Amino acid sequence: MKAFARTYLGVFMAFLYAPIVVLIVFSFNESKGRTFTGFTGKWYAQLFSDAAVMDALFTTLVVAFTASIAATVMGTAAAIGLEKMDSRLKSGVMKLTYLPIINPEIITGVSFMLLFVVAKNVLNSVGIPFQFGWITLILAHITFNVPYVILNVLPKLRQMDGSLVDAAMDLGCNHWQAFTKVVIHEIKPGIISGFLMSLTFSMDDFVVSYFTTGAKHQTLSVLIYSMTKKRVSPEINALSTIIFLVVLAVLIAVNLVERRNINRAKNARKERQREGGSFR
Amino acid sequence: MRVKAAAYPYVAWALLLIAIPLGLIIYFSFTDSAGSFTMENLIQVGGYSNVLIKSVWLSVISTIICLLMGYPVAYIMSRSSAVTARTLLLLIMLPMWMNFLLRTYGWMSILENNGLINQFFGLFGLGPFEMINTQGAVVLGMVYNYIPFMILPLHSVMTKIGKDVIEAAQDLGAGPVKVLSEVVLPLSLPGIKTGVIMVFVPAVSTFIISQMLGGGGNQLIGDIIELQFLGNAYNPNLGSAISLVLMLLVLLIISVSGFLNDDDLEEKLL
Repeated sequence: MKAFARTYLGVFMAFLYAPIVVLIVFSFNESKGRTFTGFTGKWYAQLFSDAAVMDALFTTLVVAFTASIAATVMGTAAAIGLEKMDSRLKSGVMKLTYLPIINPEIITGVSFMLLFVVAKNVLNSVGIPFQFGWITLILAHITFNVPYVILNVLPKLRQMDGSLVDAAMDLGCNHWQAFTKVVIHEIKPGIISGFLMSLTFSMDDFVVSYFTTGAKHQTLSVLIYSMTKKRVSPEINALSTIIFLVVLAVLIAVNLVERRNINRAKNARKERQREGGSFR
Repeated sequence: MRVKAAAYPYVAWALLLIAIPLGLIIYFSFTDSAGSFTMENLIQVGGYSNVLIKSVWLSVISTIICLLMGYPVAYIMSRSSAVTARTLLLLIMLPMWMNFLLRTYGWMSILENNGLINQFFGLFGLGPFEMINTQGAVVLGMVYNYIPFMILPLHSVMTKIGKDVIEAAQDLGAGPVKVLSEVVLPLSLPGIKTGVIMVFVPAVSTFIISQMLGGGGNQLIGDIIELQFLGNAYNPNLGSAISLVLMLLVLLIISVSGFLNDDDLEEKLL
């Protein structure tokens, strides 16, 4: 049984990593073909001197960070307000909130496109400039990020001891002070994971960006899509390799930090036990 | 100031950027390019029923394969030590962090007519086998991209099954097969339900996997929608009508499954 489980997992992991290994190996291939003719680093050099790639990387980062920060602020405020809302109204708003998550991505993308086309026609007819580009990308990304922030923050609010806020207000805090001095510390883990989730979804998003991007600035994933249509340049392999290594490094770092925190907590507990013992 | 006012900016935002865009899909479905009412778009959707059926069919196959392949992985994870389970989870999530277009591109170089598999067979004088641009390649792409969405909910349900429950079954004389079929399987049903929806919904609406791995001959309903909005066939009214049908299909499946009624909805969606 054990041997079977090992073999099965091995085959499964091979399936999962096969295309990634292939991408990495061929990023070092001298020729553009599918046979390995010799080792080279030239595709990496080309990648970094490619203005379109660098512009797309910049666009992706700006859109992802702007949208995630805005979504985190709006989503956290929304979660706090929703908690205090009349339950019928709350459930109505929550249904609306679930829609971008459960709807197929292409429908969300297409619906944004329709909105922005209509907005463009209306606004341009009254002389306000509005076109597809940064602004549409950021508006769309904020919209599909906010639900994830709300869903991360709401459970933390519910777990929070409500009397903490009462205590703060009894001690003379107003609502805003109660929020900055008490509530925000209680729900911080939810806010952080909501922000990180937004950031990863934004950076990884293709479908919504594809329908809301302008002619000038593309995100990295939209650029990758146009590159895969041409199917020639191993630059795309070099790009994949770099992205994979960055992700791997981030995950390992996060894991190490977590493990250190766990160990620290364990040691602290041991320490306390030892001290407790010496008192007796 | 009342605390609930903190939610008002978002409520306004959600109405403007979630509700109105979906309203526009409905509006465009029932109007022609001049803006007058018509049923013509929805009637035309009928002409694409073959594509819709094919999309549903390929997604159903992919979902079943994901379940059959993913269930043992989640089961093995739930029976291994915490450290092993954690490492396996990381290994399964890691590829998801890489853009799916790149991973699918990787499969293209494996499956192509002069790709790696055919080069391997070529050494023995076999092939080349036609693998890319087939329905099989599309199913492979769907399974590959969406199987983590099956494993993750299965894993989270199975780790909640207490060791004592399984030991109790073993004490009462159940063998490994019985433990699996009488204890683990029924207790993991909620995870199966979540996994099935999380795989089926993106699979049935994809337009990239079918384009990259299926070639021109395997258009799915997502490709048809894309063509109406960004392709040569530019016709947002028809595109909206097809989108509306697809959205209703997905929402119908989700509501029939009771996916949205459970208490742990937040946990499932994250």
